[in-house]
Amino acid sequence: MWDYSEKVKDHFYNPRNVGVIEDPDGVGEVGSLACGDMLKLMFKLDDEGKIADVKFQTFGCGSAIASASALTEMIKGKTLEEVSRITNRDIAEYLGGLPEQKMHCSVMGREALEAAIANYRGEKVAAEEGEIVCECFGVTDKAIERAIKENGLTTVEQVTYYTKAGGGCGKCHDKIQGIIDRVIKDTGGGIWRVQPERKKMTNIQKMKLIEETIENEIAPALRKEGGDIELIDVVEDKVIVALRGKCTQCLLSGWTVQNFVQAKLREFVSAEIVVEEAKE
Amino acid sequence: MRRVYADNNATTRVDDRVIEEMLPLFNRIYGNPSSMHTFGAEAEKKMRQARERVAEFIKADPSEIVFTGCGTESDNTALFGTLEAYPDKKHIITTKVEHPAVLNPCQLLAKKGYSVTFLSVDSEGMLDLDELRDSIRDDTAIVSVMYANNETGVIFPVEEIVEIVKERGVVLHVDAVQAAGKTPLDVRKLNVDLLSLSGHKIHAPKGVGALYIRRGTKLRPVLVGGHQEKGRRGGTENLPSIVGFGKACELAAEHLPEMNSRVRAMRDRLQEGLLRAIPDAYVNGEESPRVPNTLSIRFEYVEGESILLLLDREGIAASSGSACTSGSLEPSHVLRAMGIPYTSVHGSIRLSLSRFNTDEEIDYILEKFPPIISKLREISPFAQAAPIPKKA
Repeated sequence: MWDYSEKVKDHFYNPRNVGVIEDPDGVGEVGSLACGDMLKLMFKLDDEGKIADVKFQTFGCGSAIASASALTEMIKGKTLEEVSRITNRDIAEYLGGLPEQKMHCSVMGREALEAAIANYRGEKVAAEEGEIVCECFGVTDKAIERAIKENGLTTVEQVTYYTKAGGGCGKCHDKIQGIIDRVIKDTGGGIWRVQPERKKMTNIQKMKLIEETIENEIAPALRKEGGDIELIDVVEDKVIVALRGKCTQCLLSGWTVQNFVQAKLREFVSAEIVVEEAKE
Repeated sequence: MRRVYADNNATTRVDDRVIEEMLPLFNRIYGNPSSMHTFGAEAEKKMRQARERVAEFIKADPSEIVFTGCGTESDNTALFGTLEAYPDKKHIITTKVEHPAVLNPCQLLAKKGYSVTFLSVDSEGMLDLDELRDSIRDDTAIVSVMYANNETGVIFPVEEIVEIVKERGVVLHVDAVQAAGKTPLDVRKLNVDLLSLSGHKIHAPKGVGALYIRRGTKLRPVLVGGHQEKGRRGGTENLPSIVGFGKACELAAEHLPEMNSRVRAMRDRLQEGLLRAIPDAYVNGEESPRVPNTLSIRFEYVEGESILLLLDREGIAASSGSACTSGSLEPSHVLRAMGIPYTSVHGSIRLSLSRFNTDEEIDYILEKFPPIISKLREISPFAQAAPIPKKA
């Protein structure tokens, strides 16, 4: 039996915002009967562009229903700009966690939301592009790549838990491994040291953690080489730093910022951190 | 809260009379049956009695019963032991709807170079005997078919299968784990070579099974160790469970008429009640002969795990053909082999009864079940897309 959190149970037993909006501004539909789960999400905006009403219908297991219900609660009253930043991890965290094998339910929530926003804006959904890797569940390389990056996945099994890809006949396992290897290579592996279950931080907490990480994990190594680093600013996930001392003359300073400073901050703070050098 | 256990094809409650019979084996008669002293002799005597009871249950000779650790071990021993005994024969015949204890070893053997024929079934879960007849080759080592299906309860025509297979002189293994205690078993009359049984499906504890090996059947041991079970299965015997298994077999024979009258009536009432109360519901394997305790029923537009969770909230234990409940993503291979659309495979529920169920429990299930399906259909996008016709 799955070990569902109390919050998952609550949202499953008493799903919020079930139903249909007659003339929605955006509708997103993902999954299919054949895949075993399907989610239809629709919203209506108010005059200020905030989500005034949101409804869903779903065919799926307990965690699929709970994820959809939680998502509607999370996005109500927010602007599309705000909700477009919601990741599948946010949904899972909102629910007090999901069993890893069920993470694909949170991914389905995020995908439905994206599809609904794209529908409103008259755009194509990113996940629909790309090449189908898993034919059993119709999952594209783009969707797999994104789940790997957003959740720090390292094994084919995990990719299956998060996207369903590879959960059928198993023929695509080599291809999935290939995507994992490529993403690890492209990103220098920094995101894989992130603890996926890390708690959400407030901005103040995040800034403090960035400061501490620079002071304890990054600066000492640079100082040893006669260089130094100064934190200039933090704008959401963008961290602006300035290299000092010998670092300023170093031809490899760009490499240092990307592969050392950014990797450390991703490891200790958040996988989403992007580090930039201050332009002075 | 009221609790109703309707998942007896998964496992069963151990009968109190079985427990009673087992208890002395833990702290009084604890000798090793192989030992040369009175402790051993006492244990040996208990084991002999258990073997006689199991043999009597299926009308075998006690020397033809080998105790194993579970139904899966019995199935694996039958397959691998036969193939070892016939190293030149490289072909296996089984069906698409076998329990994983047969299906997965066969798939493994296929990867290792064996040729495996997986016989198909029709929409009612029934085999095509002509397909079986045509599949037998000169190098067929074994035919392995189940007696009754664990998911649907559908009974295969074993007597006719025996006739076809024996005519060609091929070894026949029958997995009777889900048939035991539900339909009479007579290996003499049936003339099968190998037959698997499991204790915990018939109110014995988990961790004990048996393989019937007809006298004269060539079989290599799979667990190789001491001389236990006449060298056919090494390892010190799990005596308390074996003794419990023996008692459970005796009780299963005793309760067989009740299984086919009172339990069958409960199952039929459950089936009719659910079909009457819930539109767009269908019984899997309805047209085929089925064991009397099993009901596999599918509901359109809803998903099995959700149904199970809501049933569990009402204290009702059942199981599902849905993928989500197993941790795998592929829904029931049995229902898919029957050609049941994916959509309703996901919404299939199995209710399996035992002699411990009561009429009040059936009333309770019939009261709690229909609102659960209605609730989930309210959430489902498909129910609206295809309006549910109201049954009179």
